[in-house]
Amino acid sequence: MKVVNHELPSIDGKGLMMGRPAYTDDLAERNSLIVKVLRSPHPYAKIIKIDCTKARALEGVELVLTYEDFERRPFTRAGQGYPEPSPHDKFVLDQFVRYVGDEAAVVAAIDAKIADEALTLIDIEYEVLEPILDFEKAFENPIVIHPEPEIHDMFPIGFEPLKNVAASYHMEVGNVAKSLSDCEVVLEHSFYTQAQAHAMMEPHTVNARIDYQNRLMLYTSTQTPFHVRRIISQVLDYPLSKIRVIKPRVGGGFGGKQAIHGEILVSAVTLRTGKPSKMVFTRKEVFESSYSRHPMRLDIKLGADKDGTLKAIDCFVLSDTGAYGEHALTVFMVAGSKVLPLYNKVDSVRFHGNVVYTNHTPAGAYRGYGAIQGNFALESAIDMLCEKLQMDPIEFRQKNMILEGETSPIFAIMGEGTEGTAMFMESCKLDYCVTRGLELLDWKHKYPRKPLDNNKVKGVGMAIAMQGSGIPYIDMAAATIKLNDDGFYNLLIGATDIGQGSDTILAQIAAEALGTTLDKVIVYSSDSDLTPFDTGAYASSTTYVSGNAVLKAAKDMRKMIVEEGAKALGVDVSEIEYDGIVIKTKDTEMTLKQLSNRLYYNEDQKQLTSTNSYVGTKSPPPFMAGFVEVDVDTLTGEVEIVEYVSVVDCGTTINPMLARGQVEGGIVQGIGMAVYEEVLYNKKGTLITNDFLNYKIPTRLEVKKLTTEFAVSYEEAGPFGAKSVGEIGIDTPPAALANAIYNAVGVRITSLPITPEKILKGLNEKRGQENGK
Amino acid sequence: MKIKVKVNGYHKTFDVNPDEYLLDTLRANEYLSVKKGCDNSSCGVCTVLFDGKPVPSCSLLSMKADGHEITTVEGIQKDAERLSEYFGEEGADQCGYCNPSMALTVFALKKEIKDPTDEQIKDYLVGNLCRCTGYQSQHIAIKKYLGDDQL
Repeated sequence: MKVVNHELPSIDGKGLMMGRPAYTDDLAERNSLIVKVLRSPHPYAKIIKIDCTKARALEGVELVLTYEDFERRPFTRAGQGYPEPSPHDKFVLDQFVRYVGDEAAVVAAIDAKIADEALTLIDIEYEVLEPILDFEKAFENPIVIHPEPEIHDMFPIGFEPLKNVAASYHMEVGNVAKSLSDCEVVLEHSFYTQAQAHAMMEPHTVNARIDYQNRLMLYTSTQTPFHVRRIISQVLDYPLSKIRVIKPRVGGGFGGKQAIHGEILVSAVTLRTGKPSKMVFTRKEVFESSYSRHPMRLDIKLGADKDGTLKAIDCFVLSDTGAYGEHALTVFMVAGSKVLPLYNKVDSVRFHGNVVYTNHTPAGAYRGYGAIQGNFALESAIDMLCEKLQMDPIEFRQKNMILEGETSPIFAIMGEGTEGTAMFMESCKLDYCVTRGLELLDWKHKYPRKPLDNNKVKGVGMAIAMQGSGIPYIDMAAATIKLNDDGFYNLLIGATDIGQGSDTILAQIAAEALGTTLDKVIVYSSDSDLTPFDTGAYASSTTYVSGNAVLKAAKDMRKMIVEEGAKALGVDVSEIEYDGIVIKTKDTEMTLKQLSNRLYYNEDQKQLTSTNSYVGTKSPPPFMAGFVEVDVDTLTGEVEIVEYVSVVDCGTTINPMLARGQVEGGIVQGIGMAVYEEVLYNKKGTLITNDFLNYKIPTRLEVKKLTTEFAVSYEEAGPFGAKSVGEIGIDTPPAALANAIYNAVGVRITSLPITPEKILKGLNEKRGQENGK
Repeated sequence: MKIKVKVNGYHKTFDVNPDEYLLDTLRANEYLSVKKGCDNSSCGVCTVLFDGKPVPSCSLLSMKADGHEITTVEGIQKDAERLSEYFGEEGADQCGYCNPSMALTVFALKKEIKDPTDEQIKDYLVGNLCRCTGYQSQHIAIKKYLGDDQL
């Protein structure tokens, strides 16, 4: 291969480093109205009076909107395929506010200062209601967060709002209770994961205008431009054909921009005023009023025989979706569906639980999407079980984990909100990933611990993980390739580059199939008018689903070129040899450049354009093994992460360098969740970790050494053998770190983040117990 | 009120409010490489060079810039382009939102510290957060860039 599997620089890095205008706010109309939101100071309240007279009278204020200005039309902001597996439980504005930061009113003014002043002039009175701030007390609590009668699900998802249940689920293979009672060794433990913030560098940003064709046009920093268009149309009852959504360059998403945030508000303002408007979230709003990861409690029971055969997995999960149920069911299900098949040889497995409403910032999609939560619980529990069995955790995993050619009944049972799709692992190099990782970290000389000087102990730990590649039979992507005069191409794709490099790798796929070089493929993506449909950048779908669409369109284009070449040379298609540059017969030839100039200027004139699309029939999982070496300070509980080794099977890496970037970025986000990123609310329910001074994401000082390798692997169904790689990197750090810290100092932390305080407390308890003996 | 500043080598006069921050003044005047990230000088994407030193423009009142020299990435295009090539070779650019500020900070580092150690590079850039890359590829790219004798 000449382009695919090559380490080529991204096609846009230079222009972005040089600061060329590319992001949503760079493209806003300069005279845009500034849209600001009056946000609830209460976690749960009813608006009993809202008087906007003074605000509306302020000079420079163009519009003030409250719940009284919108038709009552429940929807979900989730940004998923339609019909969504999330409950329609949100109104653009509502008389009830359900978390600190929820929208109470919207102001549009000619500048930010006036907008801010107008917010203070809104006379609002709340009836403050008692909130639910502890998700373990939400189920069937007499306080009901969503009593409104109009809300509904789109198909059965276990939605029972009067019980504070946004979604629920139950599945069982075999008889778990019986299996467990038959097992020689049983491990039972609960694990807690926190509400991680996406903390992408570009805040949620959107702007709208009415264009010269009198249509509503938005630039928005989104992962799902086609879903955004559909949802705006549905919610504002405005024709889809009169809306254009453009996703320009996006400054990071990680799932946080899958959902709708400001889009409906600026659309409402621009449609009502006829004037351009824009909204740029403050960082506080990003933390407090967009989304976070679903916090969960995972109650795990594992049963095994003394020989180390894992027989049963029982998993009850309680998930906190916050004030609204976006992604409630699907994130919850992925905590099982993309974790449990790792141990596919069990006799029985059960996965069940509830996703409950609380009066916290809503949870939504976030890289890992449940798998990281499930992985932390299961992969911690496996190490705990191994200790009970007095068995080496590597040997245990090698004995019980999924291998190439195998399957798991879970694939067929659990999809995303619906039934799943049966599949065998055509490509699974997990065994290699484990073996290679052991070598790279020099595990055998470090496991389990090594005392160091200065009260420090070195420890190593590991975890295995899997993810998916798109949602079968739901995620659809399309690509159009246009041949231009002079013999270069445009690749038009609905796929959404949010910084992960999909424009580059999709152009690489096209260039490889067309037999050309990367510079001859000019990419435009994510414009709802000009590019074909794509569900968007989520569920690890772009390389696999959009990549397959690009490959099909490129093959079609190549066929057209050969046909036109044969016509031009006056021969049958079967006589043509074509390498992407020169069209040859036995005794004559023509370059693509000559052919395209002929097609556009001279003879047999026509435009060559190919369009094709792809919908997956399965979701081949990428796999990885993550190994970490830590030095734990026994006096302070501080953890230094010395090295993180990742060995990943994502099939063919379309661009190994960019794939490594996905893995390393995921690893460091996962490390952040594991040990640094603590989410704190005060007693009143206000998020207090609402800026980068209080919410600590890893800086470059914390990153010592990342070692990343890829297994040689080929997925038949993927474009040039590729699977996805966007999410898998984030999954292993929480469990690998928990295991490494336990191996180092014997303190098992089962609640994230693993802070020095928790470790020190554990060390002190241990010392107390030892002294007591 | 009016302030006189030299931006990227050109004398400019801007009309600003007393409570306006330099980030907003620069963006309003089409210096769009300067990005908004956090509002309280904790992420680094709004970095500009203030008399040659990297500062977060989101927390600097515009009136404080009166009489000073400001450099944005628009003013160091060749250096940014060269650095971007090193980033490209390491796969160190992802969303790119923090990259103009990174180019400015690296530019200042290059002038301030000769042959910096790994720790000095990390310390100098610690205020430039990145949520995409995991930092290692950036670090390698920056190190190679700083070690390029042709610069």
